Amino acid sequence: MDAKPLWLLAELTYRCPLQCPYCSNPLDFAGSRFKQELTTEQWSRVFREAKALGVLQLGLSGGEPLLRPDLESLVASAHQLGLYTSLITSAHRLTQDRLAALKRAGLDHVQISVQAADAELSDRIAGTKAFNDKLAAYHFTKELGFPLTVNVVLHRENLHQVEALIRLAESLGAERIELANTQFYGWAFHNRDALMPTKAQLDAAWQVVLRERARLGTRLEIVWVLPDYHEQFPKPCMGGWARAYMTVTPGGEVWPCHAAGRITTLTFDNVRDRPLDWIWHQSDAFNRFRGEAWMPEPCRSCPRKAVDFGGCRCQAFLVAGDASLTDPVCSLAPQRHVIDAAVAQVERAAAARVQPAALTYRAAPASRALAAKG
Amino acid sequence: MNPAPAAAVPRLHPKVRLQRDDVRERDVLLYPEGLVTLNPTGAEILGLCDGVRSLADIVAALEQRYAASGLERDVTSFLDGLAAKGLVIYGR
Repeated sequence: MDAKPLWLLAELTYRCPLQCPYCSNPLDFAGSRFKQELTTEQWSRVFREAKALGVLQLGLSGGEPLLRPDLESLVASAHQLGLYTSLITSAHRLTQDRLAALKRAGLDHVQISVQAADAELSDRIAGTKAFNDKLAAYHFTKELGFPLTVNVVLHRENLHQVEALIRLAESLGAERIELANTQFYGWAFHNRDALMPTKAQLDAAWQVVLRERARLGTRLEIVWVLPDYHEQFPKPCMGGWARAYMTVTPGGEVWPCHAAGRITTLTFDNVRDRPLDWIWHQSDAFNRFRGEAWMPEPCRSCPRKAVDFGGCRCQAFLVAGDASLTDPVCSLAPQRHVIDAAVAQVERAAAARVQPAALTYRAAPASRALAAKG
Repeated sequence: MNPAPAAAVPRLHPKVRLQRDDVRERDVLLYPEGLVTLNPTGAEILGLCDGVRSLADIVAALEQRYAASGLERDVTSFLDGLAAKGLVIYGR
């Protein structure tokens, strides 16, 4: 199969001033595996090799990518290659001058997260005062003429604010709002029972989305990332393993998605040691689940295998203990009962008004403690 | 949606970039979190959308280039399709 990547997510650093308890970064981001960040020159080489491989879309993410003082030159080198560059940021301490410099360097699109529709809840979820910086940044992002995406991760604490969040994005003149129901990887998996919403919450929010889509038409694109634990079939994760997408971590490991590093039965190559082309085409990690030959039943004989590619390998590993099994959110998967049990437990606790366990915020001390525990 | 009138002036939304994809030898439209693959005709139409030419001008230029006639419907429906996705906007 001659798949070539279209998308590169460059995780420039795992440092971040926010502490969102659903962060998709690895639990052990503060450990030795991720310590040494790539240099400016190494990133520029990664972008060059990615472009030669077929990548057209580049996400500059983290952690908080603004913490890289060389972000402007990284944007410039990506822009010179013709990559469409998106900055994926919390906007913490972002100034209009810095964003203007990024614009001059060739940045194409800005995505700014918000944790909720009001300062009190947003700052509580972020674990730090960040809301007012974000509002200011939304305004000057539009003033500078950037297309703007507002990104919100949805969970039990903020799902009731979906309408207010859409209205906020509309009032800011955003092109898109991503309503991203929490996907349970990284810190979100660790905090799953406290973050998972009830079915009733999800149904109510979905009705709001339908109504607001009808009202807004093309003025504001409303993206609804499905809460897959509550679905019947798995998501077509990354459009299939190693088909169109790759992530490069701050230290240079290359993963088929930003959660794949957690799969301990795979080893990942590093751009310090190998050309990106070799990693994409030749490495074990990228070839292991590419195509359909690896698939077990019930995927192997299922017509949906061309639709969802067996779902998510990381979820199979996290929930079912084996990355080569059918995604356990699939209603046909032998391990679906594990998902059902997690959902049922949340419903029971909510019905009995039991307070969920305290959230573990994403921060370096907690990360080191979790890494030490294994 | 009604087809755009012949006097309308189509151009790419500022968030959109028309770009050559050297690896796959084709042209694409790039925009936030997405891309559209173009066939050579589509790329040629969009290459004429400079914010000055009207739909009628674009159709006339193509008809002259290919010594053809009756291209108006195809060109309009191609651009209207992109306008429905918010990738092309009409001025004037």
